[in-house]
Amino acid sequence: MSFLFKGVDFFPHDTRWKIIERRYIFIGISWALAVLAAVLLMTRGLNYGVDFKGGSLIEVQSKGAIDIGDLRSRLDRLGIGDVQVQAIAQAVGSGSGALIRVAQQVPTKDLSEEKVQAAANDKVKGALGADLEVRRIEIVGPTVSSELKRTGVIAVVASMFGILLYVWFRFEWQFAVAAILALSHDVFITVGMFSLLWYEFDLSVVAAILTLAGYSINDTVVVFDRIRENLRRYKRMPLIELLNLSINETLSRTVLTSVTTALAVLALYIFGTAVIHGFSFAMLFGIIIGTYSSIFVAAPFLLLFGVKREWGGTAAAAPAKSDAAGKPRRENVPTK
Amino acid sequence: MLHFTRWKQIAIVLSVLVGIAFVVPSFFAKETVANWPWFVPHQQISLGLDLRGGAHLLLSMETADVRKDWLDTLRDDARRRLRDAKIGISSVGISNGAIQVRLAKIEDSDAALKELRGLAQQTGDLIRGFAGTDLDVRKAEGGVIVITPTEAGLQHRITDAISAAIETVRRRVDFTGTTEAQIVRQGSDRILVQVPGLQDTAPLKELIGKTARLTFHEVHPTMSAEEARKTRPPTGYRIYPGSDREEAEQLLRETPVVRGDELKTAAPAFDQQTHEPIITFTFNGSGARKFGDFTKTHVGMPFAIVLDDKVISAPVIRDAILGGSGQISGSFTVETANQLAIQLRSGALPAKLTVIEERVVGASLGQDSIEAGKLAAVVGGIAVAAFMIFAYGLLGVFAVIGAAIHVLFVLAIMAVIGSTMTLPGIAGIVLTIGMAVDANVLINERIREELRHGRTPISAIETGFSRAYGTIIDSQLTTFIAGLVMFWLGSGPIRGFAVTLTLGIMTTVYTAFTISRLLVVWWLNYQKGRKVEAPLAYKPPPSWKTGGVRT
Repeated sequence: MSFLFKGVDFFPHDTRWKIIERRYIFIGISWALAVLAAVLLMTRGLNYGVDFKGGSLIEVQSKGAIDIGDLRSRLDRLGIGDVQVQAIAQAVGSGSGALIRVAQQVPTKDLSEEKVQAAANDKVKGALGADLEVRRIEIVGPTVSSELKRTGVIAVVASMFGILLYVWFRFEWQFAVAAILALSHDVFITVGMFSLLWYEFDLSVVAAILTLAGYSINDTVVVFDRIRENLRRYKRMPLIELLNLSINETLSRTVLTSVTTALAVLALYIFGTAVIHGFSFAMLFGIIIGTYSSIFVAAPFLLLFGVKREWGGTAAAAPAKSDAAGKPRRENVPTK
Repeated sequence: MLHFTRWKQIAIVLSVLVGIAFVVPSFFAKETVANWPWFVPHQQISLGLDLRGGAHLLLSMETADVRKDWLDTLRDDARRRLRDAKIGISSVGISNGAIQVRLAKIEDSDAALKELRGLAQQTGDLIRGFAGTDLDVRKAEGGVIVITPTEAGLQHRITDAISAAIETVRRRVDFTGTTEAQIVRQGSDRILVQVPGLQDTAPLKELIGKTARLTFHEVHPTMSAEEARKTRPPTGYRIYPGSDREEAEQLLRETPVVRGDELKTAAPAFDQQTHEPIITFTFNGSGARKFGDFTKTHVGMPFAIVLDDKVISAPVIRDAILGGSGQISGSFTVETANQLAIQLRSGALPAKLTVIEERVVGASLGQDSIEAGKLAAVVGGIAVAAFMIFAYGLLGVFAVIGAAIHVLFVLAIMAVIGSTMTLPGIAGIVLTIGMAVDANVLINERIREELRHGRTPISAIETGFSRAYGTIIDSQLTTFIAGLVMFWLGSGPIRGFAVTLTLGIMTTVYTAFTISRLLVVWWLNYQKGRKVEAPLAYKPPPSWKTGGVRT
């Protein structure tokens, strides 16, 4: 029963995996994923939700099963342009649900955008039948959708820029640039994943991507922190070896911290309603890709840019106060 | 790092108790909390519309209307001012968003310029500072003076208009019997209306979709609208179209006799002869006087009642109306009469409002979302707790207690600052549970590493906390930056998420470095005098000999 008191140290330590030496493999994988994402985004684009595309979204629920095909053909006959119907998962015991998306309607001479869209929604509601209950309606006009798109892009760029400045301030420019490249890699591949799976891309997904940006950098910073610590300690160790050592030393932390957050997000993904499905998927995927990039992508970039080797005790001494003042922890340098 | 003064310990424990005190009210019904004694906190976390059900409407104001209105008023003012100064005008017109005043005599230009410059006002106020004048008045060729509104002046008018519109919308929404509606300004020219519990938005949209500007005009005594159409309306007159029904268009004096804002009351009623729905109204003092004076001099002539620039009726004045009350008939239905009465009573909107975004959530979906959010939080919490205890044993337990207190703090702060809990907000909390233990994972892994490198248990804990501190601050601050950007730029769902995320990050750092650490310190004190065992299982490197360390 001693594990109840001490826990189980199940993660392998003192690994000396030659990650940096094999960097070309990982860089290759990352490039392949990035190119795939780029191709997908260019050819297929994203399945924009009502937030970004405009138009309306109607969520319906039925006690029994919904015949999606039948509903679709009924709505197609209304003559209101493109209508998409998609079955969605419901909480256990509350029947079945569907999402209906009505495209942005073209305003006519006497009817404004607002009125035309409302009329189309009324037609849909009229065609639903008695057994379907409307649970949610979202109507987003063209001005708002284009604004949301713009602020979404600005938000992602602004937060990345803020992170860049912070990492630059706390470390060196090489760290900042490497971190941002790793981060862009995560964001880009996650967006590509949404294109591949054709999941709806809406405001909540943008929120997830912003969080992912903050979170993925979190892991990277832990590794960078150790690199900086080791740079101070082993002044003459070759950079490749030093990066490798730092990544290996922090491997258990990087992976375990991701596991705890992933556990929480997994619960959201499994039990959340349709409203936050896209969000939790983006977070879950982002945690995985973010952990990958923190281990395999960020440090190789650092190797590419080179780093300053003269770390004094003064620069950013706060995190390692006892270290800077005291003697080195280990006399025997673990080289292998 | 392993020393807490007594006062610090008391402060930390106190902070937790205060946190509990502020969270407790949120778990009780509002009515129950209202009866609690004054010294306990009453603030509750309010639920967002996505959780309790309701309608969210984003309205955009037609700023072009505001500009047009202002130009109309300015034109009248310019005309009156020059007339008072006895300066002859040949014409006053509006073109390209500016007023062109053509003087009868070019020699008057300088005097007219001086007069018209007097129309300009300072924009801004004492608090924000003055941003210059609201009008640009200059001389053009051939005795023409051009008055152009400045951008600052227009912004100022839009700001005033939106504040007035918010008041009007609030009164109109209140008339529907909804009590909890929230009406706030968003951006420079938008209004956000949130009505909990509302499912069918059509009546509300009808009510706020009309400006309901009621004016009473003098009809041109001799010229009819058809004649005016053929030639040209005389100065000061304009052709107003009839309303959708049978009313004919009319040639009316542009400056109204009385405006709707001088109405005191308006109510739906039935005409006693025709039994048609009508609206009865009374003017306030000055309105009644103006209307009385006008009707006294115009007996036997028609006047026009104009709603939103359309003639709704043009009765003939039989007697002077001195009592200040009257009625409007205009082929209303019971519903439209009722609606118009509400609109008239609540005053006109300064400009037209369009619904540009609408989100309606049913109560049942909201309830499902709450349940789903709770389930996700509980399952996620248990999974994380199980993992932490498995991996770190007693230190894992401390971390879990820390994470629980972190959630408590987030909820307490939300209650205190009066922020709203939304579904994305719940997601943010669930996410920060994962991140809260993150900090502890960092600390514990660091302790483990220090143990492996041969430190004594106490020294390992000490170094673990102090070394991990910088890393945690760095890594959490980056997420914090992303959260701040979300809060700054985001609206609706993103903002709700950003609130819990940023709050969560702050409390995470606090709990990891006070609560979890304090628990470790208490545990170490409890161990005093005994052999302190390493608090974490670790695999020593092959070269290192294991053994208990005495303190």
